[in-house]
Amino acid sequence: MSDNGPFNSQDMSLQPPALTPDYRSSRLRAPHHKLLSLEQGAGELAGPAFGQDVIGPNDNNLIINYAAPGAAAIGEQIMVHGYLLDENARPVPEALLEFWQANAGGRYRHKKDSYLAPLDPNFGGCGRTITDEMGYFSFRTVRPGPYPWPNGGNDWRPAHIHFSCFGQGWAQRLITQMYFEGDPHIQLCPIVQTIPDPKAIERLTARLDMEHTVPMQFRAFRFDIVLRGRGCTLFENKLEGN
Amino acid sequence: MSHSQSASQTAGPYVHIGCTASVAGLENMYGGCDLGADIFPPNVPGQKIVISGQVFDGAGDPVLDAMLEFWQADATGRYGANGPSGGWARRAVDAEAGRYRLETLLPAASGEEAAHVKVWVVARGINLGLHTRIYFDDLPQGQDPILVAIKDPGRRSTLIAQRSGDDGYIFDIHLQGDKETVFINV
Ligand SMILES: [Fe+3]
Repeated sequence: MSDNGPFNSQDMSLQPPALTPDYRSSRLRAPHHKLLSLEQGAGELAGPAFGQDVIGPNDNNLIINYAAPGAAAIGEQIMVHGYLLDENARPVPEALLEFWQANAGGRYRHKKDSYLAPLDPNFGGCGRTITDEMGYFSFRTVRPGPYPWPNGGNDWRPAHIHFSCFGQGWAQRLITQMYFEGDPHIQLCPIVQTIPDPKAIERLTARLDMEHTVPMQFRAFRFDIVLRGRGCTLFENKLEGN
Repeated sequence: MSHSQSASQTAGPYVHIGCTASVAGLENMYGGCDLGADIFPPNVPGQKIVISGQVFDGAGDPVLDAMLEFWQADATGRYGANGPSGGWARRAVDAEAGRYRLETLLPAASGEEAAHVKVWVVARGINLGLHTRIYFDDLPQGQDPILVAIKDPGRRSTLIAQRSGDDGYIFDIHLQGDKETVFINV
């Protein structure tokens, strides 16, 4: 394995195709031409980095980071935690993760969201953190509610948290979503179902983690994110016994 | 390889809450500072330019909920040489016409690659973020590997920003249709 070589190509069998007609918004927003393949240059191998100094003390606590002093967001309190890794199972340290979500009633604090569920005056719906040297991250929040969305039918999003991930190179940039184990809407949602491989959907589904659930306080959910690795060939795999 | 890459999911129409909070109406989040508001720290040497344009869908309508990220070399052709996030910026397009505006420094060529700004586009309806590049019509493009690889001159022109005025360039992004921008699998 090489630390400075190109990133492995995107595994398109695990990624949603651009055009997914059941998700109506993709119909006019999916490019029709094939993507042009590129040999990665210095700019794809490097990427922006963000130090701890951009992170405030409550940025990873959505229960209080928008609340009035002494107040808290309404809803079931949870912790979400896990590891940011690459395909070689190596940690991705010092990477910025940003997350955003609807409140416990399924309403976003956004000018364009007019769903009937009320806004929670003490919930903003965004947070961020930087992974540690092991790629570990954690944050506290309230469990988001499912919400309906206009897609031509009776479509409801499963409860979810959006994640924006920076890696160590521009080629690793990723935005994805985290779902919750056992949510029946996962099967029904045209956005989730843009992903062709059911195993890839499972990997976006956080598991209840009783080991880190704190009695009488909050439940923990475990969610790992895997970015593209670099310089991994089949031959090297065998050598290292992965 | 022992792990599989996580699948992408659309950034959705509310990406601004997480990435440009002040645009979503959360003005006081994070001390009122959106990450990537300024692409370089002050006093980095280089020629100041402004790149602006709009994002359009396949019907020719402006895309009003896109978020764009930009990543570029500095005036000496180096990436990441001006502070940890220097050379990186992020913009929400405006809700009226899908317009963006980036005040930056003209990048220099880097190796074989002609001077360009990398762009990443996410929005509702985009399942996997789209990479493209902004080249400049009044700079030499030499044997840039991407431009050379695009045989159709009409397609190639979708990556070239047009000079407009003293310090300005216009670069529109078409997700689909006759003028569809060339997108790149990096
Ligand atoms: Fe959402």
